[in-house]
Amino acid sequence: MPKYLIVGNSAGGIAAVEAIRQVDPKGSIAIVSDEPYPAYSRPAIAEFLMGERPFDERMLFRDADFYSRNRVETHLGVKVLRLDVGGRKAVLDNGEALPWERLLLATGGTPIMPPMQGLALEGVHTFVTLDDARRLRQALLNGAKRVVVVGGGLIGCSLTHSLLQYGGVQVTLVELRERILTTMMDTPTSQRVEARLRKLGVQLLTGRSVVRVLPDAPGARVGGVLLDNGEELPCDLVGMAVGVRPRTELAHGTPVRVQRGFLVDRHMETSAPGVYACGDAAESHDFIYGASRVVAIWPNAYIGGRIAGFNMAGDAAQYDGCTAMNAFSYFDLALASGGMFDPEAQEECTTLSKESGEVYRKVVLKHNRLVGFVLLGDIEQSGVLYRLMQEQVDVSQFQEHLVADNFGLVKLPRPLRQAWIREDGRVPQKATAPAGRAHKAVE
Amino acid sequence: MKRVYPAEEFCVACRLCEVYCATEHSQSRDVIRAFKEEQPPPTKRIFLQQEGAASLAINCRHCDEPRCVWACVAGALTKDPVTGVVNYQPEKCIGCWTCLVACPYGVIVRDPNRPKIAKCDLCPGRDVPVCVAVCPNRALVLS
Ligand SMILES: Cc1cc2nc3c(=O)[nH]c(=O)nc-3n(C[C@H](O)[C@H](O)[C@H](O)COP(=O)(O)OP(=O)(O)OC[C@H]3O[C@@H](n4cnc5c(N)ncnc54)[C@H](O)[C@@H]3O)c2cc1C
Repeated sequence: MPKYLIVGNSAGGIAAVEAIRQVDPKGSIAIVSDEPYPAYSRPAIAEFLMGERPFDERMLFRDADFYSRNRVETHLGVKVLRLDVGGRKAVLDNGEALPWERLLLATGGTPIMPPMQGLALEGVHTFVTLDDARRLRQALLNGAKRVVVVGGGLIGCSLTHSLLQYGGVQVTLVELRERILTTMMDTPTSQRVEARLRKLGVQLLTGRSVVRVLPDAPGARVGGVLLDNGEELPCDLVGMAVGVRPRTELAHGTPVRVQRGFLVDRHMETSAPGVYACGDAAESHDFIYGASRVVAIWPNAYIGGRIAGFNMAGDAAQYDGCTAMNAFSYFDLALASGGMFDPEAQEECTTLSKESGEVYRKVVLKHNRLVGFVLLGDIEQSGVLYRLMQEQVDVSQFQEHLVADNFGLVKLPRPLRQAWIREDGRVPQKATAPAGRAHKAVE
Repeated sequence: MKRVYPAEEFCVACRLCEVYCATEHSQSRDVIRAFKEEQPPPTKRIFLQQEGAASLAINCRHCDEPRCVWACVAGALTKDPVTGVVNYQPEKCIGCWTCLVACPYGVIVRDPNRPKIAKCDLCPGRDVPVCVAVCPNRALVLS
């Protein structure tokens, strides 16, 4: 009988396995996923779609022997239908039931499908799984030429970027808001990406939405889309990328509380004792906004899963939370952003920014603390900014350096930079793990 | 584990560490050929920073709590449980730059020659990393 049961075999689930095995080498672990593959890099489905990377060990998140080496029983291609929290068992769609002592819900997100006609037509695709990428690739190899991408966020841009690698494919990107990439960019940086997209031949429609997918003449396949202004755009494929929402359906009828995502405490435990959650499916404490939010990025899923794993194995570890940590690498543009990078007026922040040629830097300050940043074109020092933000360092004495071209560790006050360098990367973070946890493993 | 510590009081910003780091990671491993002939040009993984009279050269800390490893979406960065080295498998890297935002030291960079990162590997095969070996002032210390 598995002591530890993990639902979801991706960033959060794998992190939990690794943490559990650091503490408990023996306790049995089972992992269930309705995707029939060993854990792979979800963002790398873009590489797969471009044809740059087949599905081989380069796309796997861990080595092929990960499960045997860590003695993990896998149930892949199997869905958990429902949870019996009182009886501590999970009912699977193959008729089995798996018992647990500790359960982790690392169930990720589901693509949001705004209600509209035509979504069931052949040629409408989402872009979050390897199978999505496989179907899209097949359609493109079969000759699809005109694609409408609905949603200009990270996933819509990733999809657009991959589509542009196919010769002769025409992409129209439709975004409801006035600008694209609002979850990771401020207005000036969004505009740079928009200009680049237009230069690459993408037809960009902002402040517009798709209200219906239209069939072709025989009626089974996509023939076009109808926009909110009544215009019709003919196309062969539709990529739905309006966002993902936490996949929380397993909480129905259980004591596990859900707001937008599973609610967890600092130990990643839900309102049901022994049941943990992390990643895109859960809310985390955002230390900049001071609120519980869904931060749907890979590092947050991994670190949350790691903290959950330590706690499941009986080693109290605490997550002090996270905030947005974004990187963008498409269309030959490099961007990094974090925290409250585009503050509302009522936040009463001050911003410092600097623009020269292809490089743009902005930092957002509040009460002498760094609370957000955006870097475009020169992003190598973004992690130094992130840490200043996370540790709430008083930056008032050196704030003008934060947007300098040669910003780096040397610009920090000497005692601070020397303390950072001396600590051996045992980052003084209750935020991530019990002190010395990874250290213990390597000595 | 042993890592390279900068001793800023001895650093005179001569940049020999950068030159020999790039050479060590070049095709020919010959300093003249690497800088004068090679295409693509070699890339360094240690970075000299200056502020007034202060200077220091910094490279990957191979952290005990490696945030880059936790952030890596591709599984290209891993912590070796035996040696403690933060290993990098370029063939897995997808150039998403998430690790750059995670690294608190700013020592992971975009490789100028390909859409992947570059970082210090502590010079496998050498007893002492080349930056430490060539520093004329012992401003880089392996300990
Ligand atoms: C194209 C694309 C590009 C991205 N790029 C980046 C990037 O550059 N940087 C970044 O930080 N993030 C990026 N992301 C987001 C990142 O992939 C997610 O934040 C991350 O995968 C979340 O991990 P997770 O473990 O929470 O869940 P997921 O990766 O979503 O995994 C959850 C798994 O659980 C399975 N599951 C759910 N419910 C059940 C059930 N009832 N039974 C069985 N199995 C179940 C799901 O099928 C899925 O396999 C990108 C995402 C996409 C799609």
